[in-house]
Amino acid sequence: MAELLFWPAFLAYGEAAVAYAGDARRPGSMGRLATWGVRVGWLVQTALLIAQAARADGFPWGTWAGSLNLFVWLVVGAYLIWGCKPRFRLLGLVVMPLAALLLAISYAAGGMDVSGTNRYSSLFLGLHVGLVLAGFAGLTLAAALAVLYLWQERELKRRSSRVLRFRAPSLVTLEGLFARTVAFSLPVLTLGMAVGFARLRERSQLDPLIVLTVLTWAVYGGFLLLRYGADWRGRRAAYATLAGFALVVAMQLTLQAGHFG
Amino acid sequence: MSLVLVGTSHRLSPVEVRERIAFDMDAAAALAQRLADGGEAVCLSTCNRTELYFSHSDPDAVEELAADALLGDEVELYRMRDEDAALHLFRVAAGLDSLVPGEGEILGQVRGAYEAGANGPVLDRLFREALRVGKKVRTETAIAESPASVSSAAAALAQQVFGELTGCRVLLVGAGEVSELAARALTARGATISAVTSRTEESAARLADAFDARTVAFDDRAGELERADVVVSSTSSPEPVLSRDQVRGNGRKGRPLFVIDLAVPRDVDPAVAELDDCYLYDIDDLQGVVRESLSGRRREAERAEAIVEQEAKRFRDWQASLHVVPAIASLRERAETIRSGELAKAEGRLEGLSESERRTVESLTTQIVNKLLHVPIVRMKEAAATEGAGYVEVARHLFGLGEDESAPENRKPGK
Repeated sequence: MAELLFWPAFLAYGEAAVAYAGDARRPGSMGRLATWGVRVGWLVQTALLIAQAARADGFPWGTWAGSLNLFVWLVVGAYLIWGCKPRFRLLGLVVMPLAALLLAISYAAGGMDVSGTNRYSSLFLGLHVGLVLAGFAGLTLAAALAVLYLWQERELKRRSSRVLRFRAPSLVTLEGLFARTVAFSLPVLTLGMAVGFARLRERSQLDPLIVLTVLTWAVYGGFLLLRYGADWRGRRAAYATLAGFALVVAMQLTLQAGHFG
Repeated sequence: MSLVLVGTSHRLSPVEVRERIAFDMDAAAALAQRLADGGEAVCLSTCNRTELYFSHSDPDAVEELAADALLGDEVELYRMRDEDAALHLFRVAAGLDSLVPGEGEILGQVRGAYEAGANGPVLDRLFREALRVGKKVRTETAIAESPASVSSAAAALAQQVFGELTGCRVLLVGAGEVSELAARALTARGATISAVTSRTEESAARLADAFDARTVAFDDRAGELERADVVVSSTSSPEPVLSRDQVRGNGRKGRPLFVIDLAVPRDVDPAVAELDDCYLYDIDDLQGVVRESLSGRRREAERAEAIVEQEAKRFRDWQASLHVVPAIASLRERAETIRSGELAKAEGRLEGLSESERRTVESLTTQIVNKLLHVPIVRMKEAAATEGAGYVEVARHLFGLGEDESAPENRKPGK
């Protein structure tokens, strides 16, 4: 069932990515197709996750590939909060190809399979993985907003007329949004980490992922301190958000090396 | 009833001709009332066009009447009927017939003309549809999104930096007409002119009064930068009046500054553009944006034309359906007369029926009539849209509508 649902979800995300690209080429032409692709894809993926949960004996997304599947769902869900507004369509051009690609990787790596077993309890995995991935999803979205900010900022600096053709949200809006998204996501990530650390006391061992998680937390924490304490804004703030996101990507790759193994 | 349009616009007549037949709102309303003559009339008069719309049973007569009112002997006029007239008005309301495609002012002017006109069912529907189509085109295409003048381009770009301009403070450096135009475009989008500075204090004071702003001594302009979000500079100074150092040293703490340099020679040192969080546009940059924007509007106009044509076709279908309404009404009336007449004739044989049984017979006969008429009526409505009034005439002939039922040729044999 889950395998069957993968294809429509993947196709809908892919369609949204292509439609966003078409809309970027000629603004207004394919925006609706793109937002419907996102909505339909997300609903189908929701059904896919429900099917997995119904079939699994425990937490079904404890593997790297499984967590990638859940991560994509969280990212697209977070994107849906603003993404269907016309002004955020360029954000879709950043988010949706990534979502389609990660979902395909998850499928290829066995993320639709729920037969694997894990030595951790479902409650622990649900809380730890769920919260950490929700935090990551928010930080991914913040990075996408920072990319959009940097694009718009560069266009304005270059005095390009494209900035009016594409009509992304204003610099001030984007800057406020990615800072707020980080401010919202970091506590969620912190909670997920706290649950993980509670378990770590029983296991009493550190792995590279834990080190990276703490480092990521420190980068984003530092960013929030500077943003709200010392009025750190603009391009520097966008770069700091992207630096934090580079660590999130590194964490995802480290996770593949077998954090839950 | 036919729809008739007679008028002229910037496409046919130069301004010296158009001004001879331009009407203010009251005069346009009076003209519409005078020309309606038992029908319907609306006069749309703007700086680019004067048009008279009619719905009338004698289209040739009102067309001549309108041509006389618009000095048809001296002014080149266009004359359109029915679907062409509707399509034209829809294009006008959508801004597709304007000098700048998609401009928004025309929609308000069409609304004004409609409200002042002598409307009946046809023109009421036509103008309400035109207003709806005008809005639809602006919502579903990007035709009205891009700026069409240097000052509106500057304001639109400022919005790309700050979002809503409500609460944005603007410093005007120079108090000439160019500054004023830019200030108007910015305040129209919610910005506040906080200060005006000029070498000529009287000019600064005049402009500051107009926008309820402060005046600042020209030598103190750099200090004012700290409080401003947008700077509009348009002086006649041969040297730059804002240097990179003046802009850099203003303690803005990372707040963006949008600088619009409308002067030639330029007022603002181009090196200001290199500063973090500073966005500098000069007159050439803005003109480039307007050029691109106008070509974008023309591209969008193609999509808008498709919407307008589709809506004009829908209006034509509605207008055509008007022809069948009287025929359908006659058909229903004829059927009801027959039904009730036959029931009355059978009254003697139905005497023994109870009240409830009588109601059942009434209901049964009504349902039979309705079911028999349903398909012909639906077909008549469909055919009216595609095959015109001829089909209605066939229906009238077949059912003998409008003929005297008591005439011998309409009686059943042996009756």
